[in-house]
Order: sequence, then C-alpha cells, then structure tokens
Amino acid sequence: MLTILLDGIAYGMLLFILAVGLCVTLGLMNFINLAHGTFAMAGGYLTITLMQKAGVPFLWCLPAAFIFAAVLGLVLERTLYRHLYDKTHLDQVLFSIGLVFISIAMVDYAYGANQQIVNLPDYLTGRFSFLGASIGVYRVFVIAICGLLVVSLQLVLTMTRFGSRLRAAVDDGRVARGMGIDVTRIFAVTFAVGSGLAGLGGALGTGIISFDPTFPLKYMIYFLIVISVGGTTTITGPFLAAILLGVADVAGKYYVPAVGGFIIYTIMVVVLIVRPQGLFARAAAK
Amino acid sequence: MFRRQILKSIGVAGLALATGISAASAQEVVKVGLILPMTGPSASTGRQIEAGARLWMAQNGTIVAGKKIELIIKDDTGAADQSKRLATELVVNDKVAFLAGFGLTPLALAVGPVASQAKVPAVIMAAGTSTIVASSPYFVRTSFTLPQNTAPMAQWSAANNIKTVVTLVSDYGPGLDSEKAFKAEFEAKGGKVLDTLRAPLMNPEFAAFLQKAKDLKPDALFLFVPSGQGASLMKQVGERELAKAGIKIIGTGDVTDDDQLNGMGDALIGMITSHNYSAAHDSPENKAYVAAFLKANNNMRPNFMSVGGFDGMAAIYKALEKTKGDTDGTKLVEAMKGLAWVSPRGPMSIDATTRDITQNVYVREVKKVDGQLYNVEFATIANVKGSN
Repeated sequence: MLTILLDGIAYGMLLFILAVGLCVTLGLMNFINLAHGTFAMAGGYLTITLMQKAGVPFLWCLPAAFIFAAVLGLVLERTLYRHLYDKTHLDQVLFSIGLVFISIAMVDYAYGANQQIVNLPDYLTGRFSFLGASIGVYRVFVIAICGLLVVSLQLVLTMTRFGSRLRAAVDDGRVARGMGIDVTRIFAVTFAVGSGLAGLGGALGTGIISFDPTFPLKYMIYFLIVISVGGTTTITGPFLAAILLGVADVAGKYYVPAVGGFIIYTIMVVVLIVRPQGLFARAAAK
Repeated sequence: MFRRQILKSIGVAGLALATGISAASAQEVVKVGLILPMTGPSASTGRQIEAGARLWMAQNGTIVAGKKIELIIKDDTGAADQSKRLATELVVNDKVAFLAGFGLTPLALAVGPVASQAKVPAVIMAAGTSTIVASSPYFVRTSFTLPQNTAPMAQWSAANNIKTVVTLVSDYGPGLDSEKAFKAEFEAKGGKVLDTLRAPLMNPEFAAFLQKAKDLKPDALFLFVPSGQGASLMKQVGERELAKAGIKIIGTGDVTDDDQLNGMGDALIGMITSHNYSAAHDSPENKAYVAAFLKANNNMRPNFMSVGGFDGMAAIYKALEKTKGDTDGTKLVEAMKGLAWVSPRGPMSIDATTRDITQNVYVREVKKVDGQLYNVEFATIANVKGSN
C-alpha cells in the first residue's frame, strides 16, 4: 500500500517537473507551447549521451541537462518564439507542433528510433524497507529533488522581487513596462527556466521511463492533462494535480488493472466538466 | 501507294518495338515490394528486416530463373492505413510480383485484402499473431507466431519446478495470443496462472503491474512486449528487485531482443526465454550469417526480425526457381507451400496446408559470452507449428 503510494507520488512528481515549465509559459505568459516536450527530450538525450559516451556521473548530468535545455529554450525564445507572442493561439499551436516534428526527425536522425537505456549508478538503484513496505531508492531521490524544486519555485514567485515583477508583467505588460520593468527580459528568463526544468525532468526521467524520438508527442498528453486538471494560475495547482494523477494512475493499474490505463482520462473528463478552469484555480482567473 | 507502304511499315515497326519492350521488361525484372516501418517507434524492426533481405540478395545474387530481382522498399511508419495504401500502389503502379515485410500485426491484416484481390503473394517477415495467415490465401509466413514461441516456455516452466505464474503482456493481438497460449499450455501441464496482467501497448510506466505481480508472490513472472520495448520493461523489472523476492523472470525472446540485449545490463543474466532465433545459435549457417550481417551493417547485431527478412527472400527465390520464373501469384503461393530449408535459425519449412512457418523453438538463458550478453540456447523443441 505504502509502496504504491510512493510509486505514484514519484511518478506524479516527475510529471510535475516535466509539465511545470508548460504551466509557466501557458499560465503566466499566455503562450501555448506544445513543443514543451522537446526540451524535456533534449535534457533526457543529453543525459544519455553524457553517460554513455563521455562517462559523466549521473548526478552531474542533472544540472547539465537543466542548463542545456535552458540555453536551448533561451535561443529559441529569442529567435522564434517571441515573434508569436501577439499571434493567435492557433498560430502558436501550429508553430510549436511543427517544432515538435522537426525535433523528432532530428533525434531520429542522430540517435535512431530505438529506445535509449541509461544504467543508473548503484547507489541510486536497489530498494529498502520502510514501515514494512519496500521502497525504491531512486523513487525517493526523485521525490526529494522535485519537492525541493516545488518549494523554491513557490518561494521565488511569491517572495522575491523577480516573482512580483513577473506577476506584474503577466497581469498587464503595458503598465509594467511603464513602471520600468523590462518585460522582454523577464519573459526570456522565465521561458528559459521553464525549459530548463523540463530538461531536468527529462534527465530525472531517464531512470524511470524510456526515451525514444517520439517522446514529445507521447508525453504531450500527460503534460496537458496535468495543466488542465491543475489550472495554470498557480504552481501548487498543477503540483497537486500531478500528484493526484500519478497516484491514481499507479493505484488504478494496481487495484483494477482492467481499467487502469483509463483512470487518469476519467479524472480529467470529470474535472473538466465540474471545474473547467482547473481543479485548484481561482474561478475568476483570466 | 508508296506512302501507304511507308506508313504501314512504320506502324508495324512501332508496334514491334512497343510489344518488344513490354515483353522484355515483364520477363526480365521481378519486383518485390517490401513494406516496412522504417521510421517511428517500430523502426528497429524495419531496419533489421531490410538488412536481412539485402544480405540474402548479396549472398545469392539478383538473378533467379533468368530474371532480375528488384527490391522496392516503402516506409509505412507503423500505420496500417499507410501499409494498405502502399500495397495498393505497389501492385497497381509498380506491378510487383511479391508483397513482403509487415512489421506489426495490424499492418499485415490491412494488406491482406489487397493481396487477395490482386492475387499477389504476401510474405510476412515479422508480424506474429497466429490468425493473420488464415485471413488471405496469399499470405505466407517466414517469421514466427506468438503461440509457437510461447508454448515451449510453458512446458519448460512446468517441467522445472515452477508451480505458479503471473503473466504480464502488452495489450494487443500478439500479447493476448501469447497470454492465451501460455495459460493453456501451463495449466494443461498442472501449473497455475495466478493473474493475467495486460499493460497498454504505449505504456511508459510498468511500476503498478510489476508491484502487483510481486505481491502475488508467484514462482515466476512471464513477460511479453513487442520487439524494441524490452529495454524499458526490464529496467523497471530490475528496479523492483523481483529476482531478490524469489520470482523467476521468464518470457518470449521478444523481451531479450538481440538488437538491444547488450545495453540492458547485467541484471538480465539468468533470464530464461523461449524463441525461434538467437544470434548465439550454434550452427555453421548462423556463424556465417552473423559475421556477414555484422560486417554489412556497421556491427548491428542481427535479431529475430532480421532472419524473418532473410528467410522471406529465401522463400521468394525458391518459389521463383520452382515456377521457373513464372510470376503468376497463385502458382507462386503453391510453390511456396511445403518448401523446407536450413536457415541461420535452424531447420524450417512452410506448412503445406496452413502456409505458416514450422520451425524449432529454443529455450535459452541470458549469459555473458566474451563480455557481451547473449541468449544461449540449452534446449530445443523441434518442428513447432506456427498455427493449426
């Protein structure tokens, strides 16, 4: 029972880290970026390459993946994305889905379509017993890192100057500019951090899920479910939604395997009917 | 009068030229349309089959019964509607004498009606659901079927002190085939299947299924996932430490696919599987095959899909030799019935009534040989039929 709960939480945490960047761009910058999974894939493949080809220790790959994805995000934001901020949502969707297909073709060309495998270091594999339940070390590791990230993200957004500037820039860009806030730079940094988090999620994910070039498409659905269930106006909303979905998915597959795969979709449908703005969002959100 | 004469002779010459050309091209080139997933999630299947088919042609020449064999490869990306469209194009535009390939069961089933209507033989080089061959009188199989590869595993388990088993398969045609075959054979031999778990085909997370299997405490866990997906499953099997809990991991050879086995890590050592082909199969034919394959393909190890392509081309060549170059589809299928030869996988034949493959199935153990992981065969079940 505890094992299932922890497995579910770890899976949910992973989903959250993968999706939180999307929540930032979608909720805070009002930009629909379906290519979000591309940044996660970049982080994942960087980890795979560093570990397999260069023998870099796994723990160093995590910050490397964050930086790599963040830089990639920054470059793309400066060169491509910023032209689409004032375009319609349809343009944004078409543009970013196009980016997904380009990235899939590029990774396919460079790495082939095979699933890539990473062998975790010994100290992160294995299991230990806790209150009679057998728990995977790596899952605890994932929960710890993701937990830290959630707390620091929340603190940055609510307690720091950058956070209040960001919220100001999102609420009314024109007035924020008039107050001397460099909106363009704030958006660029935010976009880069969101992409970097996706990259970090991808790197962490190598230990649990497998990577192949169709990753951005395969996981797009999960990102969107997390965002639509959690709402996009807060960080805690998608976080709780991701945990709920992770636990429901794992527990559902365990206790009722016959319908297990459908449980998260059922939850999404119910939430969208009852609370279309998201489970944890304020009703008056824009 | 004179002018009429000239016109007439020009007309006759033109006609002769036209018929001459068409007769020559129809006689000299026999086209084989290979429909494979060359991109997308099943791309490894396509690559292996293409390499196998090309290797056969490199070793046996391209002239059969006085005709030149030409291979046309089309990528269906693993989508059934594409397979059907490409098959139609190959038949109508390219006038192929053979269709071949078909990486997954739905892809083969989609092509069946085209083959039946056009009366063109379709050689299945990969797809493994038992019922496909019966769906068109022009299907012939050179790969394997899931029941064929699964039943020996159940027999071995029952004979080796395994009393209870939980099965975990991918929830689609071949997976259900495999589950059914294992359960039937294992329970007939006195074993007990505690639970039959089915994971969605596109499943990134096996945690819940594996935990369930672990909590049921069976003697062994039987696994089947399609070629190319074994790596992520086995990673999670390793993480959950089923072996330490005293649960033996068994399965079909799809899970310990030669193409990926080496990267899966030492956690797999000791896993028992049953399958129709291993790159470590001990025969002179296979040693030559593996050496030539590695050389031609930048050291990619041949897997069971590659021999499907290799032997598929073998069947096509042998059928053409038998009909002395006649490309009538019905005659070619007749010629393929009952063919028998020694393949790199061991002796194999095409059943004369079912058109399905009959071959040896081997029970193997994952072992480290010269620093690399291989499926080392230790028992043989001879002449297992593909379907009844």
